Amino acid sequence: MASPSTPRPVLEAQDVRKQFPGVLALDGVALRLFPGEVHALMGENGAGKSTLIKVLTGVHPADGGSILVDGRPHAFTDPLHAQQAGISTVYQEVNLCPNLSVAENILIGREPRRFGLVHWSALRKRAAELLTELDLHLDVTSLLGSHSLAVQQLVAIVRAVDVSAKVLVLDEPTSSLDREEVAQLFTLVRRLRDRGVAILFVTHFLDQVFDLCDRVTILRNGRLEGEYPIGELTPVTLVQRMIGGELAALDQLSGRDAGEPSGRASAEPFLRARRLARAGSIEPYDLDIHGGEVVGLAGLLGSGRTEAARLLFGADSADGGEVRIEGERTALRTPRHAIARGIAFCSENRKSEGLVGELTVRENIVLALQATRGWTRPLARAQQDELARHWIKALDIRPADPEAQIGHLSGGNQQKVLLARWLLTAPRLLILDEPTRGIDIGAKAEIQRLVARLADEGTAVLFISAELEEVLRLSHRIAVLRDHRMVATFENDDSVTPDRVFTTIATGAAS
Amino acid sequence: MTPHPATDRASGGAGRRLAGHRLLWPALALLALLLGNLAFHHDFFAVRVRDGHLYGSLIDILQFGAPLILVALGMTLVIATRGIDLSVGSTVAIAGALACGHISTAARPGSVATMVTAVALALGVALVLGLANGLLVAGLGVQPIVATLILMVAGRGVAQLIGDGQIITVTSAPYKMIGGGYWLFFPFAVLLAAALVALTAFVTRRSALGMLIESVGGNPAASHLVGIRAGGLLALVYVFSALCAAVAGLMISSNVSSADGNNAGLWIELDAILAVVIGGTALTGGRFSLGGTVLGALTIQTLSTTVYTLGVPPETTLVFKAFVVIVVCLVQSPAFRAKALRRRRTNAPRPHKTAGAAPQHQEAGA
Repeated sequence: MASPSTPRPVLEAQDVRKQFPGVLALDGVALRLFPGEVHALMGENGAGKSTLIKVLTGVHPADGGSILVDGRPHAFTDPLHAQQAGISTVYQEVNLCPNLSVAENILIGREPRRFGLVHWSALRKRAAELLTELDLHLDVTSLLGSHSLAVQQLVAIVRAVDVSAKVLVLDEPTSSLDREEVAQLFTLVRRLRDRGVAILFVTHFLDQVFDLCDRVTILRNGRLEGEYPIGELTPVTLVQRMIGGELAALDQLSGRDAGEPSGRASAEPFLRARRLARAGSIEPYDLDIHGGEVVGLAGLLGSGRTEAARLLFGADSADGGEVRIEGERTALRTPRHAIARGIAFCSENRKSEGLVGELTVRENIVLALQATRGWTRPLARAQQDELARHWIKALDIRPADPEAQIGHLSGGNQQKVLLARWLLTAPRLLILDEPTRGIDIGAKAEIQRLVARLADEGTAVLFISAELEEVLRLSHRIAVLRDHRMVATFENDDSVTPDRVFTTIATGAAS
Repeated sequence: MTPHPATDRASGGAGRRLAGHRLLWPALALLALLLGNLAFHHDFFAVRVRDGHLYGSLIDILQFGAPLILVALGMTLVIATRGIDLSVGSTVAIAGALACGHISTAARPGSVATMVTAVALALGVALVLGLANGLLVAGLGVQPIVATLILMVAGRGVAQLIGDGQIITVTSAPYKMIGGGYWLFFPFAVLLAAALVALTAFVTRRSALGMLIESVGGNPAASHLVGIRAGGLLALVYVFSALCAAVAGLMISSNVSSADGNNAGLWIELDAILAVVIGGTALTGGRFSLGGTVLGALTIQTLSTTVYTLGVPPETTLVFKAFVVIVVCLVQSPAFRAKALRRRRTNAPRPHKTAGAAPQHQEAGA
């Protein structure tokens, strides 16, 4: 393992500048990666992490500064250039082809050939070998799309590793993996590090940084805050440097936010599900959600949390059981029905199921409200502007430009836009599926505070998160899912500890 | 999806300024083509008044371009929903055949009432055809290219059946007005097309129709989850596209006082798609630009006129057209412009690379 004093970095960025219309995304940023280290890139949303990665990997050309690989300057204008120079990337959202096989996805572009044609059996054999090396057991001929997002992510990493990288960039690789898969990934990352690969690791999970990384580069507002050996930092100092002076956010993160649920006195739940089920995705479950109550769904990735929630929104239709809203039996066949009943749903897939990337922030904000009105009753432009301005201010969406294209915003700000979209419909029940995934600690705290405040004001909230402590902090009641079954529901009082919930998740029995 | 084209619209500012920006390159391409004609014919821009009518090459371009503008207008909304409508050419032929067939067998072919019923008949049938496309796409989930291919092939046959395989000729002054008449100095077809474009722009941008169409085309899954009824919108755009095609079909048959089931509107769907693309609406759906489409349609029509004014030999016409279209498409592609400019800057010491690109550029800009 190399110490930071190793003379020459394998990848060095100096004084990098990147300008987007209206935003200076990077300003004088520097980064050094040495062979055989895991280097964390940290920063809040919009700090410029993603932009820096895109500059390093040739997606966006830099507007200034230089990038040296093995001491030689490179100007990447294309991800392929970067790859040829030995820089491979795995992005947060899997960028592979779901309609091709696992083997094709791993080796596409580098297929073994024979007589100028693809040598299919060699291709499958090679792909299988690569997977076995990493202790993954998959049918390489199966379609990538038939696997879970987590497995797709691992395949993406296998692919990147096979590009024989000197530098491997992992952009939020763990945000959709469960604990076991994270451990598997870390084993792999450590093995690669020991082989001398430099790994740039971007994450929002602080404990993972301390687990895995040797050094940390921190960005703030598009500028370099500093570069530190991990030993010089504690979680608190790391967060301080990421968010600067705004320590109020941290205070809010400690301790339990969930007060007394405001609306529990009324015995009638806003929504009552009984034996609600959908074959192949979720076994029959019962769930009550009262106004003013936050119900947390805990469980591993793929345990059926999202599937359970989608039935309550009509995103998938149930094939068994019933839903009563305020005591009245209701068939939630489509999202429209659910929205008409005052239910809102923020999908975990922001990009594919939430944002309309080409539209502006304003249009994305008013979209749900406009949809309920149909196209013949438009919201006046002045009213749209007013709504957009109000919510941009209320949720501190940056940049505060209603006409900015939503695709240019950072993940946390995109999430806030989606929240604004639903909040302005004044929902009675808000379903949030992983609302804080992949966003920075400041925005995360803001969203958590918002959830607590909405519940205080009488909104029912169904809160889904892979982060158990977040669920514990916010929820009044917790339902645990395991293998597509709801195995336990309990009040979140002082007797509930993360260990107890972990036990339930692991064994399926409420201890 | 790529970051480049998006940057045009990303900066904060009034919508009007951005729209102007979007249309800049399609407009420049059209202007370049017009100026190119001027270089060969110095009176190309001349417009004279004769018998209370406006005459001139520019008026011709508008008049003969009017049907294409209409077809492309409907196509724009279809493409904005991520769809495509290949059946518009057949609808053009059917509408013309129905109207002319009705007039030719009517008791009083020259009366206004006959013209009105002929038009109503053509529009009514087009509505049904559009609804059929819409049902296939929205109701049964057939891919748009397949769904409309059915009517593209079958419709051409229907148009021939209506005329028994013959060209139907009519003599009707009121009908002649639609595609060949004049009103307030202008060809009536131009006024009609302008009115329909203005009406469409008004309805899509003043109601929420435009935004919801862009949302459905931009991200169908997200649109479903916010409760947009995509089915109704899809059916609507296919019906609208068929109606536009029908009006174009009436114009074309009226202009020549005859309906030719074989050739009326042949390949017009491809010109229309091209017009939409030149106008800056992506085939992947989402943002659409009606102004861009009009510019695109006029560019294509100008090109056809250019072929005549330059006296390009008939056998090279198609190749010439293709060449100009490629140049126009390249020039208005932000990715290409960025690349060409960068190459010129960085590769200046290596002239053989730039030498290939530069003359092409001048030709497009001349």
